[in-house]
Amino acid sequence: METTVVGKRLPKFDAYSKAKGNIMYADDFSLPGMLYAKVLRSKYPAAKILAFNTERARSYPGVQAVLTSQDVPNNNLRAKFGQSTDVGANFEGLYRVLAEEKVRFMGEAIALVAADSEQIAEAALDLIDITYEPLPGVFDPVEALKEDAYCVGDNDSNLVSKFKIRKGDVDAAFEKADVIVENTYRVPCKDHSFIEPESGVAWIDENGVVTIRVSTQVIEHYRTVAEVLGVPHNHVRVIGTWVGGGFGGKEDISVESFLALLTWKTRRPVKLTYTREESFLAHSKRHPFIMKYKTGATKDGLLVALEAELIADAGAYTFLTPWVLLYATVNAAGPYNIPNVKVNTFAALTNNPFSSAYRGFGAVQPNFAYESQMDELARILNIDPLSIRLKNCLQQGDTLTTGADFGGYVAVSEVAEKAWQALGAKPAHKRKNIKIGRGLAIGMMSYGRLTFLHDTSRSYIKLELDGSVLIRCGIPDLGAGQAQALVQIAGEELGVPLEKIKIFIADTSLTPLAGTSTATRQLYMSGNATLKAAREVKARLISKAAALLNTEKTNLKLVEEKIVQISEPDKYLALSVVIGQCSADGDELYSEAQFNAPFTDVPISEVITGQTFADFTFGAYAVEVAVDEETGAVNLERVVACYDVGKAINPLNVEGQLEGGGVDSIGYALTEDFKVEQGYLKSHSFAEYLLPTALDVPDMETILVESGAGIGPYGAKGVGEPSCNAMAPAIINAIRDAVGVRITSLPATSEKVLWEILARN
Amino acid sequence: MEIKQEVVIRVKVNGSEVNATVSPEESLLEFLRDRVGSYDVKCGCKQGDCGTCTVVLAGQAVKSCLVLAAQADHKEIWTLKGLENDQLMQELQNSFAKHGAVQCGFCTPGMLVTAKSFLEDQPNPSRGQIKAALSGNLCRCTGYKKIVDAVSAVVVSRAGGCV
Repeated sequence: METTVVGKRLPKFDAYSKAKGNIMYADDFSLPGMLYAKVLRSKYPAAKILAFNTERARSYPGVQAVLTSQDVPNNNLRAKFGQSTDVGANFEGLYRVLAEEKVRFMGEAIALVAADSEQIAEAALDLIDITYEPLPGVFDPVEALKEDAYCVGDNDSNLVSKFKIRKGDVDAAFEKADVIVENTYRVPCKDHSFIEPESGVAWIDENGVVTIRVSTQVIEHYRTVAEVLGVPHNHVRVIGTWVGGGFGGKEDISVESFLALLTWKTRRPVKLTYTREESFLAHSKRHPFIMKYKTGATKDGLLVALEAELIADAGAYTFLTPWVLLYATVNAAGPYNIPNVKVNTFAALTNNPFSSAYRGFGAVQPNFAYESQMDELARILNIDPLSIRLKNCLQQGDTLTTGADFGGYVAVSEVAEKAWQALGAKPAHKRKNIKIGRGLAIGMMSYGRLTFLHDTSRSYIKLELDGSVLIRCGIPDLGAGQAQALVQIAGEELGVPLEKIKIFIADTSLTPLAGTSTATRQLYMSGNATLKAAREVKARLISKAAALLNTEKTNLKLVEEKIVQISEPDKYLALSVVIGQCSADGDELYSEAQFNAPFTDVPISEVITGQTFADFTFGAYAVEVAVDEETGAVNLERVVACYDVGKAINPLNVEGQLEGGGVDSIGYALTEDFKVEQGYLKSHSFAEYLLPTALDVPDMETILVESGAGIGPYGAKGVGEPSCNAMAPAIINAIRDAVGVRITSLPATSEKVLWEILARN
Repeated sequence: MEIKQEVVIRVKVNGSEVNATVSPEESLLEFLRDRVGSYDVKCGCKQGDCGTCTVVLAGQAVKSCLVLAAQADHKEIWTLKGLENDQLMQELQNSFAKHGAVQCGFCTPGMLVTAKSFLEDQPNPSRGQIKAALSGNLCRCTGYKKIVDAVSAVVVSRAGGCV
C-alpha cells in the first residue's frame, strides 16, 4: 500500500516542545494554596505495628493533615490495571492503601502528611511515633513455598499462582535424547529507573470532582481512587501528564490515592513527588526468577524435549504477578517447535520489594534461560548458534506449546539469520588477555494484553470547519511516540498535513478511554481505533464528494487537503469545500470508534491451553563482546538487532524502541544489580544501581523486517517490550564464546565473570 | 562561629537579575525551580547522578542539585529556556527532534545544556568524545545512539558538511 505519512521518519510533534523545555511534567504544576505531601514508610521488611501515635505530628505548626489506615474509607481493595472485565481472584490481588497491623516490605506506606511546605511535611514524618515488633519474614521464594514458612500476608500460604504447560511426554523423550543440558538460572530484580520520579498534584474542582494530574501509564486508576474514597467513579478525574518514562513502573497505582485522600481531607490542592530513594522503595521491580531448565536433543541438534520449573519472587503484594507468571509460562519454551514440553511455574510472596510489571513482563526471564540452554546445546554438539536455531525454531503453521496458532508471519528464522549474518567475519582477539566472543539469541513476546482481559480502546476524530483536525484519545504518552503514531495515522487517512492536527490525550473525563499504555498495546489498540475513526470520517467526506463530483466513491482519494478523482487527477474538490457542504447539510464530520481485541475466556485450569495472546513479535540480537581475562570486564563491541515489526509507522521511533529496549537489557545483563538483603534495600541511588551510560553501549545496528503481518494498523506489530528480549542471553552467550565460561545468573558483573574465569583455570 | 540561617544572594538567571534570600542548604536546583520558576530545569535524583538538572553556571555546565544556591552568588546562570535564542542551542534542539533523540524528554533539557556547553569547548569532537561528554547524563528511553547522532550531526553541519 502506498502511503504518504505512515512509514516516514518524521520527528515527533512533542519532540520540539520537549527540546525547548515547553512540556510540563507532573512535578512542574503548582496550584494556589497548595500543600506538600510526604509518605511515612516502613523501616522494616516484616513487622507488626503495635501502636501509632500521630499527635505530635498533627500539632506541629504548618501540618494540615496526618492520615493512617484508619482514616482511609476503603483501605483494602482489589488491585486493578484498567481492565473492565472481572478476571476473578486468581488473577487479582490485594491493593492496600496504607499498612495496617502487619508490614510486609521495607518502604510500605504507613502514614501520609500534608503540610504548608515540603520541609514541614518531612519534619512531621519524624514526629509520627510507631511502635514496631520486627517479625522474622521470608526472603527467598523457595523458602516461602515450604509448608512451615513465615506467612507474608494474611493467608496461610505464600503461593500466589501456579501454572502448567503439558505437551507430549517429556520423560519418554529424554530417555531417547542423545544429549541433555541441565542448568539452573537466576535473574535478579530490576528497577525501572525512569528519570522522572513519581509525581502528581490533586485538587477538588468547582463541581466537587477530585482531580489528579499525575504521571501514570494507567489513567483508569481513577476508578480505584473513587473506591478508596467511597465516591462514585465520575467524582474522580485523572489527567495524565506527559510521562517521563514508565517501562511498567508507572502501571501500578502510585501517588494517586495518597493525593486524593489528602486533598479530600484538607480541601486544598496537594502535591506529592517522590525522591529518587523513595521511588526505589515505593514502586515495583521486575520479578526475580529461579529457573531450572532441562533440554534434550538428538545428536543432529533437533530438540526433543524441554522441561522447566520457574519460581518467581512476587515480593510482598500480588499486583501483576499472576499475569507476569502466565506470560512466563506461555513463553517458557521460547520460539521453538519442541514435541515434548513440561512447564511448571510458581510465584510466591516474600518480604522483598513487590514485583509487578517491567517492560518484558515475564517473557524476558525465561528467554535468558532457554537461549542459554540453546547455546550450550550448540557447543556440545558442535553446531553453530544460527544453525541450531534454524533447525528448531517456529515456522509458519507451527503452534505454541499451548496449542494456539500463530495467525501472521512467523519471522523467527528470518530475524535470526539477518541479525547473525550482519556481524560478518569475526575479528581476531585484540590482545593476549582481551578475548573476542559472539553470541546470538532470539525471542518472542506478545503485544496487546492477555486476551481474557477483553481489551478495548476508543478514539475520537473531528474535522473542524477550517480543515484542521482534532483527535481526542485517552492514551498516556510515555515518550515512545504513542500520540505521534495516532497523528500520523489520522494524517495519512484524511490527507491533512500533520501540523494541522492537534491531539488531546489522557483525561478520564474528557477523552474517550483508550486503555493503558502497557503491554505494548497502544499502537495496536488505539492505532486501530484511530484508524477506524479516521476512515469513518473519510467515508463521509468521500460520499459527499462523490455526489458533488458525480462520480463513484471508489474513484476518489484524499491527498494534500483535496479530494481527487483517481481516473482524472486534475479533477478535484478542495477539502474545505466538501467540509462546507457537509456542514451545510448537517453532516457532522466526527467519529468516535472502538477497537476490540480478540476475547477469550479466563483460564480456569492450572494447565494453560489455547489462545492467551492476540499476536507475537519475533526478534533477534547478535552481539560481539571483548572480555578482559585479567579483570573480567566485558565490553560490548557490536550489537545488531533484527525484529519483524510488521509495518514501521515511524521507523525513527521504531528504531528508538529497539535501541532503548536493547540498552535496558544491556543493563540487565551486565551492570544492574539491585541489592536486597533480607528484605532491606541496599540500592538507594544511581551511584549504587548502575544504569548504562552513553559510554557503556555501542551504536546499535537495527534491521527492521516489515512483513505487514501484524494485527495493528497497516499490519504493524508492537515492539516496545519485545525489544527487551534476547539481548541478555546474546551477551551471556558471547561471553561464553569469548572466554569459555557460562554465566547462569545476571548481571554478569566483572567480578562474577572473573571468578568464573579463575574457576575455569 | 556564627551559623547563618539565611544568605542573601544576587544572581543573574537567563539574563535577568534575581535578588533572593535563601537558606544555606538550598540547592541551586531548588532555587531555580521553586523561586525562579525555571521548570525547564528537571529534577531526577537530587543526588548528582542523573544530570537532568544540568545548567550553565559561570560559563560551566554543572549539575544544579550539587551546587548550593549561595555558591551562585554574583554569578550568571543559564538554563535551557534562557538559551532559546542561542544559535548552537537551536541547532541542537532541531537536531534532537529530527534524529529521534527525544523520547520521554525528561533528560532532554540537561542533555542539551551539556551538549551545548561541550561543543563550545570542543567544536570538533569524535563520536567517542561526544559519548564521554554525555556520560554524566542518564537516559532510560533512547539507548543514547540517537542522542549521539543528533550531536554529531550538528558538529558535521557546523564544519560545513551535510547533516
